[in-house]
Amino acid sequence: MPGSYIPTDYFPVAIVILIATLIGLGTLLLGLVVRPRRPYTQKLSPYESGNPPVGEPRTEFSVKFYIIAMLFVVFDVEAVFLYPWAVAYDKLGMFGFVEMMLFIFILLVGYVYVWKKGAFNWE
Amino acid sequence: MDFGAGFSLIDIRPLTPEITMICTGLILLLLDLVVKKKEAIAVLGIIGTIVAIFATYRLYAFNETRSIFLEMFALDGYANFFKIIFYINVILTICISFRYMKIEKASIGEYYALLMFATTGMMIMASAADLIVLYLGLELMALSTYILAGLMRKQRKSNEAALKYFFLGAFSSAFLLYGISLTFGLTGTTNIQDIAGLVSSLSIADNAIMHLAVVFLIVAFGFKIALVPFHMWAPDVYEGAPTSITAFMSVGPKAAGFAVLGRVLFEAFGDMQIMWSSILVPLSILTMAVGSIIALAQTNIKRMLAYSSVAHAGYILLGIIAGTTDGLISSVNYLMIYMFMNMGAFAIVIMLRSEGFQGEELEDYKGLAKTNPAAAALMLVFMFSLTGIPPTAGFIGKFYVIMEAINAGDMYLAITAVVFSVISAFFYLRVVMYMYMNDPKETVILTKSPSMTFALALTTVMVLVLGVFPSVLLNLVRSSIIS
Repeated sequence: MPGSYIPTDYFPVAIVILIATLIGLGTLLLGLVVRPRRPYTQKLSPYESGNPPVGEPRTEFSVKFYIIAMLFVVFDVEAVFLYPWAVAYDKLGMFGFVEMMLFIFILLVGYVYVWKKGAFNWE
Repeated sequence: MDFGAGFSLIDIRPLTPEITMICTGLILLLLDLVVKKKEAIAVLGIIGTIVAIFATYRLYAFNETRSIFLEMFALDGYANFFKIIFYINVILTICISFRYMKIEKASIGEYYALLMFATTGMMIMASAADLIVLYLGLELMALSTYILAGLMRKQRKSNEAALKYFFLGAFSSAFLLYGISLTFGLTGTTNIQDIAGLVSSLSIADNAIMHLAVVFLIVAFGFKIALVPFHMWAPDVYEGAPTSITAFMSVGPKAAGFAVLGRVLFEAFGDMQIMWSSILVPLSILTMAVGSIIALAQTNIKRMLAYSSVAHAGYILLGIIAGTTDGLISSVNYLMIYMFMNMGAFAIVIMLRSEGFQGEELEDYKGLAKTNPAAAALMLVFMFSLTGIPPTAGFIGKFYVIMEAINAGDMYLAITAVVFSVISAFFYLRVVMYMYMNDPKETVILTKSPSMTFALALTTVMVLVLGVFPSVLLNLVRSSIIS
């Protein structure tokens, strides 16, 4: 109901945030104070499942991954929207069906567009 | 939960204009894949817009108010009037970009589709009766314009414009969402009408958090309408973007920003008028001052017009500061007039651009009256109008907002506005002086096209007709807002 929200309702949330911060910072600080510090080369090297590390971890990779990732987000969101729609399908009825088909159709237009533009061609 | 009542097919009729625009955009996007002649796509875009105009005109008279989707989407005279501004804006933009985009080698079909989507976003903003829908429309508009600004992919400046616009736009969206969430936290609703009722019934008009929420909303809208000190992006983006998009951006998103600013402040926070007026007063003075004074130092005409558009936002704000319906009417009236004169000025700037000639420097206008007397005469009309010299429409626009400022008792604001108007005369009339009193450096060949002629004819006629018969427009604005 509108109007029933007052800021004091959120006071427990503030306490939780405070406790969470204290626990997080506290354990880190405690470790800093308590732990012994004896660094040597093997210990400082990055963990690579026991293998000696080869080369820099930060390398350039193809911009194509970025396009694929971007397209993935679009269709991922589509899938996310399909779930609540499917759950509430019996209540939404025909109108909900038409509405969802329209939504999928609009994304389909985008799909055809990126396909024709060659966004899926790796080369 | 019963969805039956709120969701029936008859209820989507008020959305017909938006649906028409979106469908046009989708069709253009697909046609771009098969059609080689991009002019055909542009013509189809204009046809789609005309259908949308017809839908707005046919289904809903100006004095009818409706809201659909559980009161989230309102259709009233206020929204309809802004939609008219957006329609004319997009048609003029398409008209002036036919040849230009070809010269810039960026003639692609997406351009027209994105114009349609951006316009739909603005239309949704104008009709939004709920802060979430408002945000949705704003993002649709903003994302489309980011891409449009960066359409000249091969040019660094255009890329810079798009990136700058995107980052600052994202930043302002964060402000908007923060403002919305604070409002929701205090009132428990995002509906603009309900907020108004709850602000008075819960008597939180003096609440500090409520004030903070209004400040955040003003900051977010201030970004979109380029109020000082949130104008930093405007000159760079306006300079880097394709000129036709600069024209589009300096009118469309600005008008949409004013539409939501007016609706949110007047409808949702009407009780807090004294509070938000006192925030907008210094913003308005700063906007007029910075816009007018920095424009003096510009040598690039696109940058100059960018600062001029910043200054005009300051004048338009005067009507909103007044806080009365008459004040709002004067602001909307100004926006309509501003669209015609600004579009006209940008049309001339685009005409100067030809193959191998940038035509963006003020120096390029030297002696234009000798080589191209007709274009110079039209530019003269638009510059006079932007300055606010009668009998052009710019005078009428300024006259009404300043009169409303005086009626609201803000005499000092009115005086400031007049002072900065005089200062702005220097840089507008400098263009006129260059055109008429200097000798041409080189012969400028204008890029002409029938659609450009149409756009120039429409803007010139409107600037002169509205300057001589101001009551025509003013009565239309009045009848659509008071309903």
